[in-house]
Amino acid sequence: MAKWPKPAEGSWTEHYPELGTGPISFRDSISPEFYELEREAVFKRAWLNVGRIEEVPRVGSYFTKEIDAARTSVIVVKGKDEQIRAFYNICRHRGNKLVWNDFPNEETKGGCRQFTCKYHGWRYDLKGELTFVQQEGEFFGLDSSRYGLKPVHCDVWNGFIFINFDPEPQWSLREFLGPMITALDDYPFGLMTERYDFAAENNSNWKIFADAFQEYYHVPSLHSQQVPSAVRQPNASFECGHFQIDGPHRLVSTAGTRRWKLDPDYMYPVERVTRSGLVGPWRTPETHFSAGLNPGGIEPWGITNFQIFPNLEILIYHGWYLLYRYWPTSHNTHKFEAYNAFHPARSVRERIEHEVASVVLKEFALQDAGMLGGTQAALEYDIVDDYPLSDQEILVRHLHKVSVDWVEEYQAQRAPVGV
Amino acid sequence: MARAKLPSAFAEFESFAEKWCLATEPERWEMRLNTPMVEIREFYDAFTPRFEEAIDYCDKFGLDDLPEDALNLLHLIYSMVMVSMAVEIFGTQKPADSADAVMNRVGAPVP
Repeated sequence: MAKWPKPAEGSWTEHYPELGTGPISFRDSISPEFYELEREAVFKRAWLNVGRIEEVPRVGSYFTKEIDAARTSVIVVKGKDEQIRAFYNICRHRGNKLVWNDFPNEETKGGCRQFTCKYHGWRYDLKGELTFVQQEGEFFGLDSSRYGLKPVHCDVWNGFIFINFDPEPQWSLREFLGPMITALDDYPFGLMTERYDFAAENNSNWKIFADAFQEYYHVPSLHSQQVPSAVRQPNASFECGHFQIDGPHRLVSTAGTRRWKLDPDYMYPVERVTRSGLVGPWRTPETHFSAGLNPGGIEPWGITNFQIFPNLEILIYHGWYLLYRYWPTSHNTHKFEAYNAFHPARSVRERIEHEVASVVLKEFALQDAGMLGGTQAALEYDIVDDYPLSDQEILVRHLHKVSVDWVEEYQAQRAPVGV
Repeated sequence: MARAKLPSAFAEFESFAEKWCLATEPERWEMRLNTPMVEIREFYDAFTPRFEEAIDYCDKFGLDDLPEDALNLLHLIYSMVMVSMAVEIFGTQKPADSADAVMNRVGAPVP
């Protein structure tokens, strides 16, 4: 029996008729050719989140980001005017990778007054302007104003730094994010700066991995251990309270009983002792409200999971959040980045609560990662290509549709005009 | 005898301190994966009765001025959290169905 009311059309999926209700194809996740198109159509045109403003706290703070899908590396730096800028990580003289530490292909971060190329010592200021050329007189009419670093479009929304590789982005960052995401304008992400960061190399297409975090239909089966065995229901189901789609972006909200109100049998001993666990610390400093946080009006509200196209997920709990990014490295591999962000701990006990939540996150993310390698391998048999999706999996349907739509639109734009 | 690592009130855990007082998650994760379940359970069973008390002991200090012995105890608490996953949730060192997946913690606050 349905616990939550569905839209008037009878289902969430039919509420968005462009999605259809038929089986879908996952060929977009096993085809090297599709991936090549996706790199151009999606990853070189969408706004991509590469970090938070807290990662460049001072003038001259910088980090580099290797973005395989765009086959490029980017430097993100805070200038003397406090503006955050992004540049392609290449010296304009002989094409050396400008900023790296021990190995050119590894990301790095730090602080500096200027960037100096290791090769011939050319220097650039924090705005990317070329400020020093060794033996400048040996060059032939070199106009240094024309040899600044190549900029990448860069903008900030609510502390999240985004870049866009399109020479002329089709939308400003705010236009791209749209009303559903920018309804979180006043959500105080900047208060939650205590981070536990994770990185993984996963053997699955980036969308296949994202799919596991945008539906909860799999939770009772794959993650049965989320509740102790004594209270596990053999046919447990899970129903989400609210789904919403806005342009290429998606969200899902679920209800949640506050953990400490549950019967103790529903908790593991470590959760009872530390007052923390799967859904984070039981009592965080406070629950923040924002018009965008719970658009479905779910009570009691548990979490809202924002899927920002293409590869960003922000999952907001009571007073803390979790962020995932999926960076494709081929049609069947991706680099996964994740972090938990909490209010800075005020006591040892609060720090232990954060540790517990971060340990538990890894346990269950490893289950997803382990299993999805198997999903990818089986999809690549390419024997079946009509996969039925339930109403609970509407967001899976949407992500694949949007990716295919973007690729088709890109192809249409490039197709020769018919006569 | 080697110098005590833990506060005297928790001296009964000195025999676990050498192995389990580990400052970082990668060290604790590796130790869990490479320790037989029997030995993990010995640590878990011994520490369980005083788990909460150990947290309360450390909580008397500020995060930035934990004496060395309390800091060691905090690292032992973190290892207890780590092995609790193996004992309480999975019954094995590695999460069920995690196959060959690897996920590295690459940043965290100290301590």
